[in-house]
Amino acid sequence: MSERQGIRYSRRRVLQATAGAVAAGTLARHRALPASASLRQEAADFDWQRFKGEEITVLLVTNSRSDILVQHQSEFEELTGIKVNADVVPEQQQRQKQVIEFTSGNPSFDVTVVSWHVQKGLFGRGKWLLDLREFLNDPTMTPPDYDFDDFLPSAVTFSTQPDGTMDTLPLFTDYWIMYWNKELFEAKGVEFPTTLDDVVAAAEALHDPDNGIYGFVARGLKNANVPVWTCFMQGWDVKPVDDEGQLQTTTEAAVEAATYYQRLLRDFAPPGVTGFNWNECQTTFSQGTAAMWFDGIGFATPLEDPEQSKVAGKVGYGLQPAGPVAHHSGMFGDGIGVTAQSNKQGPAYFYCLWATNKVNQARFLAAGAGSPARASAYNDPEALANLVVPQEWVDTLVASGQIGLPSLPEIVPVTEFRDIFGIALTNMIEGADPAEELQKATEEFQPILERSLQS
Amino acid sequence: MVTTQHRISWLGRRQARPGQPVSSYSRRGRYLLFVVPAIVVTLAVIIFPWLYTIYMSVHDWQVGMPRIYIGLENYANLINDTRFREAVWRTFVYTVFAVVCPTVVGTIAALFFHQEFPLRGLVRTVYLLPMIATPVAIALVWTMMFHPQLGVLNYLLSLVGIPPSRWIYDQDTVIPTLVLVETWQWTPLVMLIVLGGLASLPSEPFESALIDGASTFQITRDLTLPLVMPFIMVAVVLRTIDALKSFDIIYTMTQGGPGTASETINIYLYLQAFAFFRIGQASAVVLVFFVIIVACSLVLLWVRQKTRWA
Repeated sequence: MSERQGIRYSRRRVLQATAGAVAAGTLARHRALPASASLRQEAADFDWQRFKGEEITVLLVTNSRSDILVQHQSEFEELTGIKVNADVVPEQQQRQKQVIEFTSGNPSFDVTVVSWHVQKGLFGRGKWLLDLREFLNDPTMTPPDYDFDDFLPSAVTFSTQPDGTMDTLPLFTDYWIMYWNKELFEAKGVEFPTTLDDVVAAAEALHDPDNGIYGFVARGLKNANVPVWTCFMQGWDVKPVDDEGQLQTTTEAAVEAATYYQRLLRDFAPPGVTGFNWNECQTTFSQGTAAMWFDGIGFATPLEDPEQSKVAGKVGYGLQPAGPVAHHSGMFGDGIGVTAQSNKQGPAYFYCLWATNKVNQARFLAAGAGSPARASAYNDPEALANLVVPQEWVDTLVASGQIGLPSLPEIVPVTEFRDIFGIALTNMIEGADPAEELQKATEEFQPILERSLQS
Repeated sequence: MVTTQHRISWLGRRQARPGQPVSSYSRRGRYLLFVVPAIVVTLAVIIFPWLYTIYMSVHDWQVGMPRIYIGLENYANLINDTRFREAVWRTFVYTVFAVVCPTVVGTIAALFFHQEFPLRGLVRTVYLLPMIATPVAIALVWTMMFHPQLGVLNYLLSLVGIPPSRWIYDQDTVIPTLVLVETWQWTPLVMLIVLGGLASLPSEPFESALIDGASTFQITRDLTLPLVMPFIMVAVVLRTIDALKSFDIIYTMTQGGPGTASETINIYLYLQAFAFFRIGQASAVVLVFFVIIVACSLVLLWVRQKTRWA
């Protein structure tokens, strides 16, 4: 009977969780920070109005950060006299729209957000965005208190192309962390694991499928699952593609990381994990049926919302576990840039400056809408006072920033990489041999990579 | 005739005088002017896209890279691509079940709804609702219901002592599960078509059969089904084309996974075109897929012709 009640209750929770995810942006709006005095000070010292009367189109991705930017858009319009048309599109469609319009040679937008971990190579090759270094060094285009040095070095490196071109300004960074259910850990007297080996031990101790508790959950769905494996690879200090463009996916380290991935997801994850993307993982963890969840840092807000999470107030936030050789944190992120073909590059650049200023970065932090790319946000008392997530999350975020390293290879065919190796990883969860699967996937991907490098 | 010539005289350069015969050449020229808009539209929206797709399919064309003529290499790549061949086979398997199941259930439902019973109109309307709903919304709701741990379906199974299934989260069960959703959504369409057919049948053969003492089963087997078969075949043709093209539900629920277990030709095509941006390769898939759909449709139309009433 109790099991029956539990399932009914959980189903309701699933629906609530879905509705809650949509409402996350709304929550962010309620707790958004007001514009600080620094922005008004900038307005006094710098001619923000030089492009007054212009109109620009901005292409954003549907997420809580874009919600914040759109919500405060009037602030930019008042400051500069530039009218903004914001086009907010779901991630997948936004990426397709970008590619199709850039290829057509006449994009409809002047500013766009770029996912570095997927699009950096493609955008760099196409030279679709303006190199912003000239504007950044021009005191008439960049206010003195924009404080470029405030950006975290890892974010600046991420937003810089291999040839030194800076075609985006850092908007936010995303690190992978371990969410853990403190209640389940305390009940069994298990310590939070800090190494990959300890994670297996903890998962083994906490795994209790007969009572609906699983030791570990992470993405198993093809494509989405690849960052899990590449983050584990960082523990062996190996990148999937080295600096010379050589695939490292059949190395001993890659196979060991894949075997590790296989063990965790095959032995300790819920049945059906091969079809789990982040949303299924979030549902599983938020219903209290998984002891650990390894994923991006941006899920604290829904997890801490008692309306949609059964583990609100019981979630621990830990660093990506250290491997046998190294300790890194898988890093992802977005930048914002100006379309190279735009005839409104000045106004568009002003929008990028505003979107990445200290005030908006602090707003991101306060709303739990992702990790700011600026160091100052983490010391902003106003932002910290308005946090909708625990301080432990911020501490983990800051600590992750110290060891952050891009997890996916910075190559043009990232999507093919994720697709091909994602299928291999899914097959491993089903029982296939990791070494054989990686060999097969590498043979399939090698010509695609070579072709892209030749071009 | 004279009146007609006068009415159209403004169209031609050479005006016919009253009593003078108009040459067929001259008349054709005038009539062609009426056809020109239709020809232009057809060229613009049907012929040109097809010619351009053929042109793209013989080029190595990836977004952001130069376009190189490679002849039929894209087609050869498809033949050698195990993943494409598996997608073709999977599409056929999926289509067969996604046609047969709704057809059988829909026909039985039509026979049932053809009977008189209280609140028949209301029940019929409720039965039609799945067909009206948006596929993506349907897919999201079913996805939640299929969740292995938290979904309502496994809970219902547990009530009758059946072990839980992994539904769309398992390579072995994903296709049958997708067929289940497809059946749920499209059975009403088949029911509607067959019901229309049943309503149009003459009553005399049935009265004769009853007078001759035929049982309900005999009437259904030997009279109703043969007579309604042309309508069933219409439903089969429509369902086959729809099932072959099915994309929204599969993509929303599984994105072709787990692994490639539910990757049909459409999903494969989508990945080539909009995830990998291999425009040339995707165009070749489009043309191959078009040939497959036309071939299937021709076979079904031929079968339908055979089932026409004698």
